Amino acid sequence: MELTTLTYAVVGASFALYIGIAFWSKAQGTGDFYVAGKHVHPVANGMATAADWMSAASFISMAGLIAFLGYDGSVYLMGWTGGYVLLALLLAPYLRKFGKYTVPEFIGERYYSQTARVVAVICLIVISFTYVAGQMRGVGIVFSRFLNVDITTGLLVGMGVVFFYAVLGGMKGITYTQVAQYCVLIFAYTVPAVFVSLQVTGVAIPQIAFGSTVADGGAWLLTTLDRIVTDLGFPAYTDGTKSGIDVFFITLALMIGTAGLPHVVVRFFTVPRVRDARISAGYALLFIAILYTPAPGVGAIARLNLTTTMQTGPVGAPDGNLVYEERPQWFRTWEETGLLSFTDHNADGRIQYYNDANPEFAERAAEFGWAGNELTVDRDIIVLANPEIAGLPNWVVALVAAGGIAAALSTAAGLLLVISAAISHDITKGVIAPRISEKRELLIGRISAGVAILMAGYLGYDPPGFVAQVVAFAFGIAAASLFPAILLGIFSRRVNREGAVAGMLVGFIFTVSYIVYFKFGVSPAYGNDPANWLFGISPEGIGALGAMLNLGVAVAVSAVTARPPETVRELVDHIRTPGDQRRAQDDA
Amino acid sequence: MKDGGYWRANLRLVAGCLAVWFVVSFGCGILFVDLLNEIPLGGFRLGFWFAQQGSIYVFLVLIFFYAWRIGRLDREYGVEEEDDHA
Repeated sequence: MELTTLTYAVVGASFALYIGIAFWSKAQGTGDFYVAGKHVHPVANGMATAADWMSAASFISMAGLIAFLGYDGSVYLMGWTGGYVLLALLLAPYLRKFGKYTVPEFIGERYYSQTARVVAVICLIVISFTYVAGQMRGVGIVFSRFLNVDITTGLLVGMGVVFFYAVLGGMKGITYTQVAQYCVLIFAYTVPAVFVSLQVTGVAIPQIAFGSTVADGGAWLLTTLDRIVTDLGFPAYTDGTKSGIDVFFITLALMIGTAGLPHVVVRFFTVPRVRDARISAGYALLFIAILYTPAPGVGAIARLNLTTTMQTGPVGAPDGNLVYEERPQWFRTWEETGLLSFTDHNADGRIQYYNDANPEFAERAAEFGWAGNELTVDRDIIVLANPEIAGLPNWVVALVAAGGIAAALSTAAGLLLVISAAISHDITKGVIAPRISEKRELLIGRISAGVAILMAGYLGYDPPGFVAQVVAFAFGIAAASLFPAILLGIFSRRVNREGAVAGMLVGFIFTVSYIVYFKFGVSPAYGNDPANWLFGISPEGIGALGAMLNLGVAVAVSAVTARPPETVRELVDHIRTPGDQRRAQDDA
Repeated sequence: MKDGGYWRANLRLVAGCLAVWFVVSFGCGILFVDLLNEIPLGGFRLGFWFAQQGSIYVFLVLIFFYAWRIGRLDREYGVEEEDDHA
């Protein structure tokens, strides 16, 4: 069958499945709408969390990022998985014991303050909208490449599907569609990963292929890759170029940020018991690792394939480079999208792909008659083009398209739900109109989900030029604002209202200012350059420092202001034990 | 707290797990990566392997270990959930 028709069939079938689930799991009340009635099995919740968490960035971009960053790409692998350890050990079980509906609700009650609750809502909305705009964009890209429709139509269809199951089913609908979406995306990721591993190394498991030998020649994959890329002036694949301190802080910021992302945290409100929350975090990481552990292998193989496709012979030999007219079919397809492009600087009709930013290599390049790098590759195509590069059948290509859309939609839906819950439950019910009936609250929740979808769609259609740049925002702000407030709320009985509000504000303002200062060129005299960074920490890693500031300020301010009331200390004791303490007290 | 030492036991367990969490990622994968890279592990350099594979496997084991161990502490200190609680 022709590729476009096949892709329509596969993507259409997956949409029909999501909509069917939405009908089956319609939300009956606010409990269903916010936390799926707390009836979600821990394994199902683990799967839903994995889909919720793995966005278009994980599915489409991550392997490509690692392919071009090499060792430096480790920050994403460790950062986006290590956060689950923090979540499982420090937050999830206690928040489940708290047993209410939203993250700001916890912060508001623990710090006996509407101000704290409103500050938390503001942080949550900034984090979630930043994140959701990127998802809608991802849906648009997949549609335009694989279904030959323009990005606007793609966006409208995506918005329509999310609208249907998020507004109708709330958290309950989202949970079960996310389980289905996880299955679609993981199958779509694994099949091409296994095939390319087999082709290049003869080993079917990407995690092992990564450390195996290449099929012809017998040298280790990574050793071969190091040699090939350094021959072309690139840094060795297994060495980094970022400074140690920056790698450290970026990893830490991503870990803390992951644990503080509201749409991830809230998933652990949906399981029946505290012990389900603990084990469910383990299942979540297991399902995530099924995509995250093959990703670096896929990246390394893709980098090898790409480089050897262009550099067909010895470096510097007149006929050592691919003739442009003889380029493979996938090259032509992706050229049309503009994500891959060739400029013949030295007019020899061949493609020279090398690092022209390396001054030590410039002299050799000049000797070869090379006049600059001639190939521009967008890292996002690595995963999407993988099946075509490996020459896999069309149904696999169609599946990857459905997988990319599943990853983007599942994350978008989770984000939209926390936004709507913050508006209907925290702002409307919590602050403006506490006496509102459940039915009205549910209606407001549905309306705000609908409005949030329209706004997200608009952001995806007309992204502010800096969308790609503000990804660091979401993690940095989550790390610097929400995570420390929740952590202290559980592990300290002394931190009070004044401390928490001051800490969140300082962390939020510091992190946002630092990122804006360097990312948006507020001061051209001080560019986004390692020499100008505070302690050598890049804007991507500054959230970790913001989190430390938040903790320090919260503890210091609390020390000089009044203790929290007795009821709050009782609340802290209550959430610290899974069952009630009656029996323990009898023993004592 | 009137819990007969449950919270302190939990804090010790969490601290131990987080020490491992820190050592495999920030230790082996970042701070001592160059040193460990001298050691080959099949086709990997060990530090690189920890950074891109090993740390994730250890994270997984840690979460399941914690869930199992804290479940035992719950019962030891008599603070586990009632089953009809669900």
